[in-house]
Amino acid sequence: MAEQGDRPRGDATGFFSSVDDVLERLAEAGYLASTAVATTVFLADRLGKPLLVEGPAGVGKTELAKAVARVGGARLVRLQCYEGIDESRALYEWNHAKQLLRITAGRDETWDETRTDIFSDEFLLTRPLLTAIRGDEPTVLLIDETDKADVEVEGLLLEVLSDFQVTVPELGTITATQRPFTVLTSNATRELSEALRRRCLFLHLDFPDAELEQRIVRLKVPGLDAVLADSLVRVIGALRAMDLRKAPSVAETIDWARTLLALGADTLDESVVRTSLGVVLKHQDDIAKAAQGLTLV
Amino acid sequence: MSTQGAPASTVLPERLTAFVRALRGHGIRVGPAETVDAAAVLEVLGLADRERIREGLAAALLRADRQRAVFDATFDLYFPLGMGELAATRAAPAADVTELRDRLAEALAANDATALTQLAGEAVDMLGAYGSAGSGTGGWSAHQTLDRLRPQTLLARILAAGRGGGTGGGGGAGPGDFTERLEADEIRRRIEDYRGRVGGEARRRVAERRGTDEIARRAIAPSADQIDFLVANREQLAELRRTLQPLARKLATRLAARRRRAARGQIDIRRTLRRSLSTGGVPLRPAYRRHRPARPEIVLLCDVSGSVAGFANFTMLLVQAMRDQFSRVRVYAFVNRVDEVTHLITTGAADPAALGQRIATEAAVSGWHGSSDYGSALGEFAECHLDAVGPRTSVLVLGDARTNGFDPNVPALRRIAARARRVHWLNPEGPAYWSTGDSAAHDYAEVVDMHACRNARRLGELVTRLLPV
Repeated sequence: MAEQGDRPRGDATGFFSSVDDVLERLAEAGYLASTAVATTVFLADRLGKPLLVEGPAGVGKTELAKAVARVGGARLVRLQCYEGIDESRALYEWNHAKQLLRITAGRDETWDETRTDIFSDEFLLTRPLLTAIRGDEPTVLLIDETDKADVEVEGLLLEVLSDFQVTVPELGTITATQRPFTVLTSNATRELSEALRRRCLFLHLDFPDAELEQRIVRLKVPGLDAVLADSLVRVIGALRAMDLRKAPSVAETIDWARTLLALGADTLDESVVRTSLGVVLKHQDDIAKAAQGLTLV
Repeated sequence: MSTQGAPASTVLPERLTAFVRALRGHGIRVGPAETVDAAAVLEVLGLADRERIREGLAAALLRADRQRAVFDATFDLYFPLGMGELAATRAAPAADVTELRDRLAEALAANDATALTQLAGEAVDMLGAYGSAGSGTGGWSAHQTLDRLRPQTLLARILAAGRGGGTGGGGGAGPGDFTERLEADEIRRRIEDYRGRVGGEARRRVAERRGTDEIARRAIAPSADQIDFLVANREQLAELRRTLQPLARKLATRLAARRRRAARGQIDIRRTLRRSLSTGGVPLRPAYRRHRPARPEIVLLCDVSGSVAGFANFTMLLVQAMRDQFSRVRVYAFVNRVDEVTHLITTGAADPAALGQRIATEAAVSGWHGSSDYGSALGEFAECHLDAVGPRTSVLVLGDARTNGFDPNVPALRRIAARARRVHWLNPEGPAYWSTGDSAAHDYAEVVDMHACRNARRLGELVTRLLPV
């Protein structure tokens, strides 16, 4: 793939040849992208920069990385961030138990022989970041919910994301032969540091516009009637404009579409909406407010 | 992209750097590294598709979603759709206002984006010009255009047409009457969007005449978190209100993180030494001091008189939205008398304007006259409500410290400060205005910490920094 396109750069991952190519192939993989998404994915691919995706829950941030992996025929390496994640979970760790076994097994060796042996590849447990860098095949590295990790981990990510290399003191510096396509996602519960943001391309993934959302619903819930999908998306649009505690996202739209299909509803009328509103809205005061706003009696 | 002719290689970098400078002028921090990225983006994407360039540059230059509105407006100025009158796709432009309104109604009903952009151009061209075109004083005004065109009055007509004609175009083919209810709101949003287009178009036309840099500096509205509390108008306050929930969530997370950090790290010497006895006196496993999970109490003391009400209401709702971070929140409001208003503030109805109304009608915040009197209000609080303040309480006083010439009553504030853990005063005026006219800001600042707090971004910083964990 890297030979396609007009100017393949040295650090490009080379999954795509143009923005249209991104749109088309992501759609084939079941991910309908907006212009913003397609353009940014193409740039991330071509410039070889990590992609930072921010946005409300349930708009398809993680799904985007998975779709790119499917399209590029790449393996997906996922690092799920959580509070208290550290170097030994994100980067690498020495397998202490195995090292001890090795030491006890070779009793009559000299210390020098043992030392060079126990700090070799065999005793290294690679964690997601190192795994993504070491592989030879094309890779998509997904660092999920980056904002959940502590600030110290961001510092760790800086080296990895800017040069795509990791330094293991006993083994030396390991540099990526094949630069992974990197996606970081964040729910913006915490401001990520300026330094990390600067190394990434930024994409704010928002709710799709009505036309795109309709296509998404039709793709994900093929059995749904076209007219019903249309009014469904319009109701969702009205709910989003309503200033609720938790606006319904794409995932909820799809859930609702599935619910309507299961209920066998063929039009969206008052009673159907009233009974199934709980699928879309997750707070009692939101439901009350929405019922009032849509003048459901 | 008709602006890039043959000498694109020299024009484009200049344009890009001018664009970046304009963004910096609006408080978006863009470094040279980002500018280089942006240039690489232009190189990779080419200049064929304007929307893709917009998204590409946004990806390279922006770091947060709140900067997007400013970015879009600036982008329209520096990478305009065309120069002068846009080449008409229709054969003939509208002859008069009536025809223009007809076509606008049509486009709004069909939600046709290209037609709407086109009509915005025509409307500005026909209705927006003022002054004489030859002299330097002439220009185009969005306000004048919208005033003459009155797009909001089209709503009823579009709705009637949609019902009468059956299938309108935007999907009126209806499953009964339910989705019809949504129609009015949808059209209203489209009209609002059209007003934005007219504004952008007028800016573009003026920028051509007066120079892009100047218009970029003056005519683009700041992003919501940088709006000055004291001069914000109604729409800006509404915009600000929408940022309230996300801001509260973000601040709560930051407070929680600070609390966690504060909870680890303190070594309990006694327990560490006792533990070390089992390892021969070597403290292998340090023991940490356990924290009692005591959350701070907050007392808000807010001036709700006309001049600073917007600021006070916003802050009240913000603190209330974060109330699970505190063991107790109590809110007192005053103009010249103090009354507790904690029960009036509920997160469900997060509307500062309605809140102000409720406080004015349901609480006794003013006595004989309606102007604020800090002296008597502080005095009354110290007299009647001081039991709300204890050694675990942080008191936040919100107001501009303008006493209308009454006695500032500094001793009352000193009594409150002596009893509380900390007292902070958040002043929506900048330090340059403190102690000018009837302001007693510096008198109060001698007793408590006073912080200037002019916009939502600053408020967020102060809240996370000042509140104890």
